[in-house]
Amino acid sequence: MSVPSLSLSTPAPVSFGEKIWRINWGLILVLTAIAAVGVVALYSAAGGRFDPWAAKHAIRYGVALGLCLVVALINPKVWLALAWPIYVVSMLLLVAVDVIGKIGMGAQRWLVLGPIQIQPSEIAKVAVILVLARYYHGLTRERAEKFLYTLPPLMIIMAPVALVMVQPDLGTAMMVLLGGAALLFVAGVRIWMFLGAAVAAVGCLPFAWSFMHEYQRKRVLTFLDPDRDPLGAGYHITQSKIAIGSGGLFGKGFLKGTQSALNFLPEKQTDFIFTTFVEEWGMIGALVLLALFTLVLLWGFSIALRSQHHFGRLVALGVTSMMFLYVFINTSMVMGLLPVVGVPLPLVSNGGTAMVSVMFACGLLIGVNVHRDAQLPLVR
Amino acid sequence: MMRYRKGDNERSSLFMRRALVLGGAQAALMSALVGRLYQLQVLETNRFATLAEENRVSLRLLPPPRGLIFDRTGQPLAINRNNFRAMATSDRGRGAEILVDRLDQILNLGDAEKQRLLRDLRRSRNAQPVLVRENLGWEEVARLEFNAPDLPGMFIDLGQTRDYPEGALMSHIIGYTGRVSDEDLNGRDDPLLSLPTMRFGKKGMERALEDDLRGKAGAVQVEVNAVGRVVRELDRTEGQPGVNALLTIDLDLQRLAADRLAEHHSGSVVVLDVVTGDVIVMASTPGFDPNMFARGITQSEWRELLDSPERPLNNKAIQGVYPPGSTYKICTALAALESKAIDPGTVLPCPGYLTLGDIKFHCWLAGGHGGLNVQGAITNSCDCFFYEAARRAGVDKIDEVAAKLGFGKVSELGLPGESPGNQPSRGWKQDKYNIPWQQGDSFNLGIGQGYMTATPLQLAIMTARVANGGYEVQPNLLLAKATPREELAPPPPREKPVAPSLRFNPLFLNIVRQGMTDVVNSGGGTANQLRIDAQGKLIEPQYRFAGKTGTAQVKRITEHERAMGITQASLPWHLRHHALFVCFGPVDNPRYACSVIVEHGMAGGATAGPIGRDVLLETMKRDPSRHTDRFKKMASR
Repeated sequence: MSVPSLSLSTPAPVSFGEKIWRINWGLILVLTAIAAVGVVALYSAAGGRFDPWAAKHAIRYGVALGLCLVVALINPKVWLALAWPIYVVSMLLLVAVDVIGKIGMGAQRWLVLGPIQIQPSEIAKVAVILVLARYYHGLTRERAEKFLYTLPPLMIIMAPVALVMVQPDLGTAMMVLLGGAALLFVAGVRIWMFLGAAVAAVGCLPFAWSFMHEYQRKRVLTFLDPDRDPLGAGYHITQSKIAIGSGGLFGKGFLKGTQSALNFLPEKQTDFIFTTFVEEWGMIGALVLLALFTLVLLWGFSIALRSQHHFGRLVALGVTSMMFLYVFINTSMVMGLLPVVGVPLPLVSNGGTAMVSVMFACGLLIGVNVHRDAQLPLVR
Repeated sequence: MMRYRKGDNERSSLFMRRALVLGGAQAALMSALVGRLYQLQVLETNRFATLAEENRVSLRLLPPPRGLIFDRTGQPLAINRNNFRAMATSDRGRGAEILVDRLDQILNLGDAEKQRLLRDLRRSRNAQPVLVRENLGWEEVARLEFNAPDLPGMFIDLGQTRDYPEGALMSHIIGYTGRVSDEDLNGRDDPLLSLPTMRFGKKGMERALEDDLRGKAGAVQVEVNAVGRVVRELDRTEGQPGVNALLTIDLDLQRLAADRLAEHHSGSVVVLDVVTGDVIVMASTPGFDPNMFARGITQSEWRELLDSPERPLNNKAIQGVYPPGSTYKICTALAALESKAIDPGTVLPCPGYLTLGDIKFHCWLAGGHGGLNVQGAITNSCDCFFYEAARRAGVDKIDEVAAKLGFGKVSELGLPGESPGNQPSRGWKQDKYNIPWQQGDSFNLGIGQGYMTATPLQLAIMTARVANGGYEVQPNLLLAKATPREELAPPPPREKPVAPSLRFNPLFLNIVRQGMTDVVNSGGGTANQLRIDAQGKLIEPQYRFAGKTGTAQVKRITEHERAMGITQASLPWHLRHHALFVCFGPVDNPRYACSVIVEHGMAGGATAGPIGRDVLLETMKRDPSRHTDRFKKMASR
């Protein structure tokens, strides 16, 4: 309250040099360290070669880092203005993917646009964060607490969830749902509504069960009882646990992981990259990697808490929650704590779209810090 | 702007509180991950390390080469030749289905084979390879090798398969091998038998000597990847090759016998060494080519073998049962003498037939032989004499002597599937037909007809035991066995039987032998044309032999039919009499006994006799039991 109103109405313009200074270079360093772990793990997964994954991963990270820095320098006003257009475009792309998938008979998550493949569900994750942040940015606390004002965000969340469930992509659906819920929680939605939603969700379980694909049901059942089918669907998770467990405290040593080198690990370069890494580097390696991710999360929380505008807070917290969900779902899955749902480990797993979307999101996060005291209009 | 500021402060403080709650929740979940890591990597790490090691290391058995089989002169009868086969391993996931589909595209497996292969792949534990197909041709090997990058887990393995160079000639003795069945596993816990490429003796000596021929498994420890492909070898223990076997058969004599039998539809020749029991010849025609089983027999080939009226799969020497006919008179004579019902001088009348109640029992000589003693009755094969001799001796005494001569039971030969034939007795008839033994039954038994049946081997055993002075020699097919081929050699010759004596009166045996000698060598003998050899020369004294003809009735020609002019030759083949002949030689110092049966060959003396004469003469000339120097060690292949 002691801040003079004059400075509020005419904030000092932040110079370009100041913006560069405000970029969280420490966070960039941590992200780069995580990507470096990815390079090491992918090098090992390829049997001690940079081809076909490790080299591409490093280059991809370089490009994505450039994108991240550019995004960080863009004023949040632009994102405020682009939030809905981005959301609408991503929904249209998701519909397109579903339609093409129907025609192509089978699970389809990709759109091919000339030389590049894009995964609309990755765009949707970011789009949901932007739209929800924009929505609650324009709402007072009183309104945010009202049930009626909670309905639009629910629809904003459920539309992409429904579209990715059709694909079917249980992992992304879970991430959007839980990430959206986290945003609603910090935006001030009443606790009883979450409890009500949880009760409703449990009530809907049998209904959801009937909508699930056979392979999804199998995965859930296998998760609940891995001995049910130790040679079929449970095989992947069993082999992953063997790899992690046999790594022990100090690991088998770089390039000495038998489970990954002898191909007992499925998808060792994508969803199970954590296993590949941990088999060779042991619990020490796992703790270092988890510590790096925890640093990212702490940075995210601190940026969110220091933002002077609500949009920034919500974007920063949304990105942080997305990051957390990626890490938690992926590692729980490979350690047999969650069903196999197909979520990559950000910046470590091989794969272009996830890398770009994660670094874009990190760009948004750093952008919040760079523009933490920007003046944003109240919008509806 | 103040309004924004004020409202924002409110929601900012709520945001801060809730963000801290959220952060706390995330921290708790991260700790759970660390807890899980601790559980897997510290608490349970030993268990998982063991599992990882079990994944990595596969213990694979090395099948030893199967033992080889030779005849007594060292000629190969069953050997091994190279066999290229496609083997496969796979992971436990979808990999197996994809692999099977691709293999099907290359090898045209067919649905049944695909199912079998998929089941084998799923059942396979610890990366044990399963068999895709064997006996691959050069082109198939090339196609598989070319496509190997798309066939993860498939590899070409050089194994061995059985080869039978003599084909049908030795088919019944050697038999063949086939895939291991559940029945074969019974009581055997040899890990070799679980190998998909393993073959197990199914018939003949392959079966009888199975546990010797198989050898002991070696093992190799290899590091494998998830689809079971060997990355490197860790450790190796060599196995022990199968035992090689030398059979008592003389291949050249066996071929002679089979060639002579081939002049007729079907039949059998058995030659025994009367001192050792060695089976020198055991021919049964027609045979089958056991190589068909080695490379995989087709349905139509199998049907053809099963449906043939000449029963090529049957070893007639031990599985064919025939009424022995007049050859059985040797047994009847010995039983009558041993029972003191007659003595060597007893003359029994032969008016051409005997009557029992209102049934006439004819002698083969319509006018009758007048009166004969036992030696003359054998020489002339007088039926009336043996009707009466059998009646006097009684069925019990005949049964006792017949058992000593080897009838009615399986010998100690060891070949699977041997038939015991049928030696009828009082008890047997009571059990089977619930009627007591009749005198007419004794009449029929006396001339080897009625309920009486025997195998050609049993007739040879009977002849051998009479010829060797009443020793209980047992037929034997295995001359020697040894694991290193270099040590394989026939044992030194033997001149005296080691078998126990049957305690027959030597005088009686001598009379029977003399009767048999006269069959061939005296003017009145039923086979006296055989004293001349195939070249028309009188047989030299040192090769002179004794014999007994027999004709086994298949269909009885009734009085009515006889009146209509129906003779044996006018009947269809399968209803004609069987021709039998038993013989031994040389008469001065008997060494070899022989039995011949020509199925539906009509007259024993005329059809079976010359075969017996020629085979026995050649056997005596070669004298395989004494001439072990003919044994040649095969050059190592």
